[in-house]
Amino acid sequence: MNKNKRNIMLTLVALVVLFGVACFAQTEIDSYVRRIINLCLIYAIIGLSMNITNGFAGQFSLGQAGFMAIGAYMVGIFTVPVNLRADVFYATPMHPWLVNIYIPLWLALILGGVLAAVVAGLIGTPVLRLRGDYLAIATLGFSEIIRIVITNATSVTNGALGIKNIPPLNDVRYIFLVTAISYIIITLLLNSSYGRAFKAIREDEIAAEAMGIGLFYHKNLAFMVSAFFAGIGGGLYGALLGTVDPKNFLFTITYNFLLIIVLGGMGSITGSMFGAIIVTAGLEYLRLFDEPLELMGVAIPLFRPGLRMVVFSILLMICVLFWRHGIMGTNELTWEKILNFVKHPLAGFRKKGVQGK
Amino acid sequence: MLKVRDLVVAYGGIEALKGISLDVPDGKIVTLIGANGAGKSTLLRSIIGLVKVKSGSVEYNGDTLTGLNSQQIVSKGLTLVPEGRRVFPNLTVLENLRIGAYMRKDEEGIAADIKRIYEIFPRLEERNWQMAGTLSGGEQQMLALGRALMSRPKLMMMDEPSLGLAPLVIKEIFNIIRSINENGTTVLLVEQNANMALKVAHHAYVLETGRIMMEGSGKELLENEEIKEAYLGKKKK
Repeated sequence: MNKNKRNIMLTLVALVVLFGVACFAQTEIDSYVRRIINLCLIYAIIGLSMNITNGFAGQFSLGQAGFMAIGAYMVGIFTVPVNLRADVFYATPMHPWLVNIYIPLWLALILGGVLAAVVAGLIGTPVLRLRGDYLAIATLGFSEIIRIVITNATSVTNGALGIKNIPPLNDVRYIFLVTAISYIIITLLLNSSYGRAFKAIREDEIAAEAMGIGLFYHKNLAFMVSAFFAGIGGGLYGALLGTVDPKNFLFTITYNFLLIIVLGGMGSITGSMFGAIIVTAGLEYLRLFDEPLELMGVAIPLFRPGLRMVVFSILLMICVLFWRHGIMGTNELTWEKILNFVKHPLAGFRKKGVQGK
Repeated sequence: MLKVRDLVVAYGGIEALKGISLDVPDGKIVTLIGANGAGKSTLLRSIIGLVKVKSGSVEYNGDTLTGLNSQQIVSKGLTLVPEGRRVFPNLTVLENLRIGAYMRKDEEGIAADIKRIYEIFPRLEERNWQMAGTLSGGEQQMLALGRALMSRPKLMMMDEPSLGLAPLVIKEIFNIIRSINENGTTVLLVEQNANMALKVAHHAYVLETGRIMMEGSGKELLENEEIKEAYLGKKKK
């Protein structure tokens, strides 16, 4: 129990330090880097949300884009200042019921998450009876349906024109706090008996059922929690961009998060964080491959827009070949490991496979 | 304790159990032997609620179990050690045990039971932090037994605990089964290893293609000529 207390203290200290870094980043760092940090944090939330269903409960779901869209549109519809709405909805006027309702961002984020979770509950009831590839296809389909409904509900969502004039959220501190709270809640959930039940279902459904674990209840719970945090992440994403558009939520964006969790480790909380940072920052900083390069007066022919993705894909393949279970696998970066490393930095090389007892 | 009456279970149109009746009295070891496809596993799976029953009834201490889901049945004190062990391979030994106690909420009792199980199976304590998938077959079977014990079952059903294990390990497992029973847990054991199973059984049933062909005490069946020939591999003189 003493160890638990120490871990909680260390976590709190780390959070305070990181918050300090966020404050520093907010005032001292240029806006390009700040934007990348913000994106990393948001992607970390959505990545972890996807990891709940895919990595922990073992249900291969590809619906994240749809749930993100719900959260983003909740922010888009309700946080645009009332006096600017006529400019936004210039083609079709906004529905008269909604036109005067303004909700602050924090509440819109929560409501977006709740709505996403409700939709997930409705979808989950029929869909979660499926397994494996079939579940993936069905959730993918539902996420497209959500997007198409949004595109066509013009008086609410402004349809294909998207919603502009969302007060841009360019605040690392705010996004950091939301991310931290999300991570804390999800970690507590996954370390509780619910988390164990998720893992049991992932490992062996029949054995889990024979232990008295309700399959349907837990699958649906995982799916709804996952959608809730995807909705919150989507809301932050919309607020960060300052505009939402159905094209932002094509199913291809789901693959970004699949990439994050496969790279970070399916079933690892800290892995989702690392995956998000590597994928987001990696994609940004590899942009140098997209620009023409001249070495000693000779233009290197391959450097042109598009090369970035080639390099990124090669890096990914290398990653998957050498770390088949992602960077973290199902392991976590715990304080024990960090402290052990600080005490005996080379122990890992001398003796392999030593585990705490 | 457990009463099964005229149980019929069908997969699609094919009946796997064609009307089975049996009793498991309190505190005893009851064994079910039979060849592949006789319906032994189906019987256990239908008792625990993993398979739907077509007709007939299962009663446990006077409560009807047919129609309940596995959660409700497990909470009544039944548990199944599934065929082929089915431990959770990528979870640690400790996590496996804790999942066994999933239906319980008394943290102190759970901690005490984990300790008790480590006393019964010292080998599991040594491997506390190891992934269950890395254990040997015998250790996995021990873990499956320990996991089932974590729910504090009154009736423990085991599906072929000797499957794929070395003879020495089988002996050890059967000794443990006997001691579990002596500590007050009723056991319903399904086995192909008829010799070992009949030796520990107080009462035994022989199942053939969905029907019960014979019953008697373990000793009676061990000495029965037909059983000897069909299941024990000894020739009639």
